[in-house]
Amino acid sequence: MMPPQLRQPSVLPGFGLTLGFTVAYLCLIVLIPLAMAFLEAFQLGWREFWSVVSAPRVMASYRLTFGAALLAAAINTGFGLIVAWVLVRYHFPGKRLVDALVDLPFALPTAVAGITLTTLYAGNGWLGQFLKPLGIKIAFTPTGIIVALVFISLPFVVRTVQPVLEDLEAEVEEAAASLGADRWQIFQRVIFPAIRPALLTGFTLAFARAIGEYGSVIFIAGNLPMVSEITPLLIVSKLEQYDYKGAAAVSVVMLILSFILLLLINLLQRWNRSRQA
Amino acid sequence: MSGPIHQHHRTAASEPPLIQGLLVGVALTFLTLFLFVPLVAVFYEALRKGMGVYLAAITDPYALSAIRLTLLSAVCAVPLNMLFGVAAAWAITKFEFRGKSLLITLIDLPFAVSPVIAGLIYVLLFGAHGWLGPALTQHDIKIIFAVPGIVLATVFVTVPFIARELIPLMQAQGTEEEEAALVLGASGWTTFWRITLPNIKWGLLYGVVLCTARAMGEFGAVSVVSGHIRGLTNTLPLHIEILYNEYQFAAAFACASLLTLLALAILGIKTFIERYTFSQRRPPAGGDTP
Repeated sequence: MMPPQLRQPSVLPGFGLTLGFTVAYLCLIVLIPLAMAFLEAFQLGWREFWSVVSAPRVMASYRLTFGAALLAAAINTGFGLIVAWVLVRYHFPGKRLVDALVDLPFALPTAVAGITLTTLYAGNGWLGQFLKPLGIKIAFTPTGIIVALVFISLPFVVRTVQPVLEDLEAEVEEAAASLGADRWQIFQRVIFPAIRPALLTGFTLAFARAIGEYGSVIFIAGNLPMVSEITPLLIVSKLEQYDYKGAAAVSVVMLILSFILLLLINLLQRWNRSRQA
Repeated sequence: MSGPIHQHHRTAASEPPLIQGLLVGVALTFLTLFLFVPLVAVFYEALRKGMGVYLAAITDPYALSAIRLTLLSAVCAVPLNMLFGVAAAWAITKFEFRGKSLLITLIDLPFAVSPVIAGLIYVLLFGAHGWLGPALTQHDIKIIFAVPGIVLATVFVTVPFIARELIPLMQAQGTEEEEAALVLGASGWTTFWRITLPNIKWGLLYGVVLCTARAMGEFGAVSVVSGHIRGLTNTLPLHIEILYNEYQFAAAFACASLLTLLALAILGIKTFIERYTFSQRRPPAGGDTP
């Protein structure tokens, strides 16, 4: 039961000061500016708002943004699990270096990632030249967007699954083995259920990050309306035409979808913790 | 949490060697294609036209002013978010109050907002046609397409970094040590400086490092509020974009290599902190050597 008062008594000082500062800072930097997007968009009126956010070019950008982000997150879930597994369970030369470099996409500015991937996957690039004879074009196509999104969201699944794999008790697997289960059965029945929440959390984090990505994608995408134009770019081009209300309206749609994802992430993490406890 | 058993004495060789080799191969191929090749390519492209072009690109006056502005926005954003992170972590981890989980979610909010939207909302607020635009023009204050807007956008996108590092750390440490200090007569400030701060210094440093990295590399949010005025409101990532779009690839990659070196330094510091705090926590367990 929650106590009737707003906070439980404590001998520690500074509650009012720190909480007050935290809330004031969040309001000034985050919440009030974010409210502006909603205020601006709602000036349009419901019908016009709807016609802006459901225009064919905008709908095409949602499909592309969410589709590419979903695919990138799925690719990273598969490979991220393998990378985490290999880093926790096996020994191979250069393992520590590989482990440290997994976080590179978090530390590398997205613009740098964008120009580098574009150069690599262009028709005359290091990787693009091998794909060109096969008829595969990556730079300046929607496939390029997926490549960029895979790069920027790569660490999430690895870093959420890795600690859970490390904490798995060896005894459970040994018990399963002594009861006659083979490795695949042990993975399916014992290991996978334990890492499933972390895998889901990593997937959702990667998905949420990929939806909003701008810096790396605009270089590699080609940015053709209806074909390879992501929603954040559409917001920028509306802004550049001084269509503030239109830009705000599309932003509101993205914000609402992102809030839902954030809520989902929090629920998943709570589920994660309660399972680990 | 794991028990007292060391992970490395577990059933490490439980899969057949063939499968192990296959999985390591798949993981390394994936990481090579998506991480290692791009990393090498940045430096290759930067130095392709020779050292002369490289040095000319990073000592160009526009590049230098972009570096200055990038450093300035980080110097403004990081201390602000450090203050916020420590205050938020203190309130959240040392006290029980209603609405705590809502507060934690709100701190995470900037992570879920597209950087482009982060820039947009400040344009809506402070831009010439924005809500406060007319009042600002009257007093001749320029925020959008000027340095204050860049700093604000940078602060927004980096709000959660330090708080996110400190909250789990301080939660795990509990409140007993601070309570003991207070019972023994220390003041609130003394308790914070002598007890809490030494306990959280590595987490704080890690948060500051991550926050600095993001502040210096931010592109989308800064791009929207900057106006791209060369020599005045161009940060290093925006300068790279302009060079790239002008087909000055060697110069673009030369500037990109500076940010890449920064990224590598950050990964180095992070690895060092993790090793150091790990060996402090569990002195006899020697890293991950079997």
